[in-house]
Amino acid sequence: MSLEQFKNRNVGTQRYTMLDLGKDPQTPWCKVRQVIRRTFKGDLLVGLWVTMREMFNALFRGNMATLKYPYEKLPISPRYRAIHDMLRLLESGHYRCIGCGLCEKICISNCITMDTRYDENQRKEVSEYTINFGRCIFCGYCAEVCPELAIVHGARYENASEQRASFSLFEDMLTPIDKLNLQKEYPGFGAVSPDADENIKQTPLAY
Amino acid sequence: METTTLVENLPHVTSLGVIIKAIIILAIISALAGFGTYIERKVLAFMQRRLGPMHVGPYGLLQIAADGIKLFTKEDIIPQNANKLIFMVAPIITAATAFIALSSVPVFPDFTIPSWMPIIGDTFVPAIASDLNVGILFVLGMMAAGLYGPLLAGMSQANKWGIIGAARTAVQFLSYEVVTGLSILAPIMLVGSLSFVDFNQYQSGGIGDWIVWKQPVAFILFLIAGFAETNRTPFDLLEHEAEIVSGYATEYSGMRWGMFFIGEYANMITISIIAAVVFLGGYNEASAIGWLTIMLKVAFFFFLMLWVRASWPHIRPDQLMWLCWKVLMPIAVVNILITAIAIMV
Repeated sequence: MSLEQFKNRNVGTQRYTMLDLGKDPQTPWCKVRQVIRRTFKGDLLVGLWVTMREMFNALFRGNMATLKYPYEKLPISPRYRAIHDMLRLLESGHYRCIGCGLCEKICISNCITMDTRYDENQRKEVSEYTINFGRCIFCGYCAEVCPELAIVHGARYENASEQRASFSLFEDMLTPIDKLNLQKEYPGFGAVSPDADENIKQTPLAY
Repeated sequence: METTTLVENLPHVTSLGVIIKAIIILAIISALAGFGTYIERKVLAFMQRRLGPMHVGPYGLLQIAADGIKLFTKEDIIPQNANKLIFMVAPIITAATAFIALSSVPVFPDFTIPSWMPIIGDTFVPAIASDLNVGILFVLGMMAAGLYGPLLAGMSQANKWGIIGAARTAVQFLSYEVVTGLSILAPIMLVGSLSFVDFNQYQSGGIGDWIVWKQPVAFILFLIAGFAETNRTPFDLLEHEAEIVSGYATEYSGMRWGMFFIGEYANMITISIIAAVVFLGGYNEASAIGWLTIMLKVAFFFFLMLWVRASWPHIRPDQLMWLCWKVLMPIAVVNILITAIAIMV
């Protein structure tokens, strides 16, 4: 649809479909007939039947829409963007972050603060890493830009806490070392898609 | 002949028995009115596939207690420009007339208090607190007088929504009251009495004797008018939230507001009892089963009101007037004429 067509708001020149509402009654006799037809057509009983059916479905067929939230939770999409997780390497247990600083750089709300230094093996280690969740807009750029899949968005969406710092430190977001076997390879935001291999094309070297 | 012997066999009704009966009615019906709000919330919730109140007590059963505590401890605000006396009295009118109306309908079975009780032993507590020979007239009159509650409340509170609610009260009252009277006139002509006891005896022969088979049109008309009388949903004009905030109850808070609701639910129970006694066979004096069946019938009518509320939309005031004056009243008059001709022939 071109833009001109889209901007045409003149009703009647487009293909609108009118609902079949019948004709308005013209004469008094038509009105009487309409009243009688509506009285004996049973539309009111249809309404009663609908609510009764819904009640039986809800009570006896498990069709209740209510979720008792703190006790029951809906499964969330793996692509949901909640509080970040810091992942570890499965083999060594060391955290994956290499201290490149890309997440800090790309963060559009400037909420990631990190500092790095060389450890005794002359490897970069993260000496300080905090995310200010008062400012984070959960855009997911940090997870997307991370070359090591070290920072990802987790599923922890219940953010109420007494202190803002409660889950904004690197250690809080890092997978606990004793739960390393439970760490799942992140399927969500920023990860390579499962069909990535099929979508890869050769980069044309010459144009 | 048989009725006189039956009356003679009954124990003597003392004033102490009537007082005990009144206390029983007050206590149980106000508790039932509170329980009715719980039932209403639950049924509406189920019909909308929700759970309703769940957290206070098992399945939310103690929600009534929580609501009661809230209503009783809330500040009783009286608006600055309101007519204070009328504003304070109006909810009492609604609640009081609702319970006065209950005084002459059969509510619970009669019994005699066992003689080992200290002061009130051997007292006969009647089924009807005051068995008037014009019971139906009295009940309908009292329920009509109950409309003074919303009317005065709306007009005294210096609030535009309240004024509209009061005006709608008058409109609704003028519309349905004619239909109520005319629709119940046909069964009265059949029975030839205004007493609930006579209605009960007329239909004592079982389901085949129910007046609803002889007067189906009057039954439906009475139901429609009863819905209007108790401000139930298709005719919930007085406090239609979507249009006029809360209508006559806009400025009310705390227990005064609660009294309107106790009155409304007591009226729902009264209308259900009238419909059950007049049209659906009533209670059978002889057995406890009869009282069980009338409670089932009353519960059905109560449920019907909630069911209808979940299903049908409101109508406008002009539609209500159109319905009552142009449709229901002619049908009621024709019904009376046909009944009269059938009785004559």
